[in-house]
Amino acid sequence: MSGVTMTMAQAINTALREAMAADESVVVFGEDVGALGGVFRVTDGLAATFGEQRCFDTPLAESGIVGMAVGMAMNGMRPVVEMQFDAFAYPAFEQITSHVAKMASRTRGRVRLPMVIRIPYAGGIGGVEHHCDSSEAYYAHTPGLTVLVPATGADAHGLLRAAIHSPDPVIFLEPKKHYFTKEEVDVTAPVPPVGRAVVRRAGRDATLIAYGPSVSVALAAAEQAADEGRDLGVVDIRSIVPFDDETVAATVRATGRAVVVAEAPGFASVASEIVARVTERCFHHLEAPVRRVTGFDIPYPPPKLERHHLPGVDRVLATVDELQWDAS
Amino acid sequence: MSTSLAVDGVVQLVDEHGHAADPAVLPPTAELLAGYRAMVLARRLNEQAGALVRQGRLAVYPSSHGQEACQVAAVSVLREDDWLFPTYRDTAAVAARGVDPVEALVLLRGDWHCGYDPTAHRVAPQATPLATQLLHAVGVGHAARLRGEDTVVMALCGDGATSEGDFHEACNFAAVFAAPVVFLVQNNKYAISVPLARQSVAPSLAAKGAGYGMPAVLVDGNDLAALSVTLSDAVRRARDGDGPTLVEADTYRVAAHTNADDPARYRTEDEVARWLPRDPLARLRTYLIAEGVLDDAREAEFAAAADEMAAHVRHGVSAEDVVDPAELFAHVYARPTAQLAEQEALLRAELTEEAAR
Repeated sequence: MSGVTMTMAQAINTALREAMAADESVVVFGEDVGALGGVFRVTDGLAATFGEQRCFDTPLAESGIVGMAVGMAMNGMRPVVEMQFDAFAYPAFEQITSHVAKMASRTRGRVRLPMVIRIPYAGGIGGVEHHCDSSEAYYAHTPGLTVLVPATGADAHGLLRAAIHSPDPVIFLEPKKHYFTKEEVDVTAPVPPVGRAVVRRAGRDATLIAYGPSVSVALAAAEQAADEGRDLGVVDIRSIVPFDDETVAATVRATGRAVVVAEAPGFASVASEIVARVTERCFHHLEAPVRRVTGFDIPYPPPKLERHHLPGVDRVLATVDELQWDAS
Repeated sequence: MSTSLAVDGVVQLVDEHGHAADPAVLPPTAELLAGYRAMVLARRLNEQAGALVRQGRLAVYPSSHGQEACQVAAVSVLREDDWLFPTYRDTAAVAARGVDPVEALVLLRGDWHCGYDPTAHRVAPQATPLATQLLHAVGVGHAARLRGEDTVVMALCGDGATSEGDFHEACNFAAVFAAPVVFLVQNNKYAISVPLARQSVAPSLAAKGAGYGMPAVLVDGNDLAALSVTLSDAVRRARDGDGPTLVEADTYRVAAHTNADDPARYRTEDEVARWLPRDPLARLRTYLIAEGVLDDAREAEFAAAADEMAAHVRHGVSAEDVVDPAELFAHVYARPTAQLAEQEALLRAELTEEAAR
């Protein structure tokens, strides 16, 4: 382990650098990604290092960015494009759902689109309207897209390398509240496989299932529960699509209780899908219904009110308390 | 030989009576003859596909009847290593590019969403969502430029598509990056039932080029000679690194939008009748006969080639070429996910049971 302390933004920047150095077909473009280095500085220095042909600013038009990336991917390149914020990606929705996701199927695998759409994602930073959406369900509901959500700097680095290497298009959701979280990252670690969840914390009593920005909440809840004598495990999904049923179900079978934690509104959500999958696979091992702690079914709130909306440690532990402990 | 790139005025070299004001600026006669032959085949494909719809062998067919000059010229100006980005109405152009028309009609026969290999002839899948493919064309062109290749991309759309946001974004991106793209707008006056007047009140669709700082030309879309010269110039500019061109072809959708459409509800027969004398085949035929290069023997030869193509299409479209339903899972990802593998197994089991019944 040769770890270096860096922020998640730096870990992503490092992955981009490595990929661009290793493969000339990797190009980075979007809004403000050139001279500025991105509004979160994720692409800092890439234009200077690799030249303006490899990292460049585009006109301000998200459908244009993704549509152009489709064409470049059709013609031998591996574009990695940045949508500036989650809710600013919506103008590109038609390109993503009608073309990015479907091109391989439409052409019977003759035209694959090895491209990555990076999206600074979710809340917790006190952002104004349109800067904090949890948009994963839209993408997860679209067959043909791989949807990755790192929770740590190491995964942000490793999974982005995997995403750029993937023959399939990847939606890469970067929890922006962790962009400046520092962590030791071993950039020489093997690239993690796409489609595998990881157990962040082993626990005997119940399993918290989370991804992206909610993993740190789940870990904090588990820590506090331990102080109170309850042993909670935490599974980090990492890859919403493909989904790792095996790891998740095995973990829940061992504890018999599970709570899914996610920021997005709970109705018709990825959290709902996880509950359904876990219930179908673990029914006879469950001591209580699988529960969800999610954002409310409301438009993302104004900054001063967001703490009420986001799943926090207290709400997670209150839900864990309701998992029919007396019955066992 | 060059055409003015001015927006004012329509470029026309052969008028609807088959008369060329200045024969010196026309493409070589042999080229026009080949173009005429290609238009005969294109029209026959439109007619044959329409017949197959009436027989229930194709689900639907958006015809380019009346637009054959655009269909042929858009392709004839390209090199083998160039790219074509067609729409659903451009099956004749796809076939003119060398794609087997039977493969092109797979989309409309309903076996698969794209029946040909886009990489084999450098023809993108026919786009159904309007204007979205124009951005892909820009990307293909820009990628070629980054690698130092002089590929040119011909991107097709109609008048309705110019109202879409992606048309604007594609024109703007192409201009900003000086991408080697030729945008050919076939202004056939209708988006299903909605007339051009409801799409735009710009002086012309070509006039929009000015807003992107892009050269733009309005050309008689039923004049193969004018289209060939105009598009050749645009392709040359793109190949030389001088960026994109917007070409508006003034033409007319003689047929209905598709067989499911009823044009009587939104346009008069008189209007259609006014366009018929401007037919792209008739005028070139008149010109070529007057030039002495087209005679009955040649016409018979072209008709025989069209017959042969039509027979091939009839036979190919009617063949019982059943797709394995399990292939639906095969290409969603490079390697099927565990979930898709499960679903495929479920379908296979159902198919086995169905076969045993």
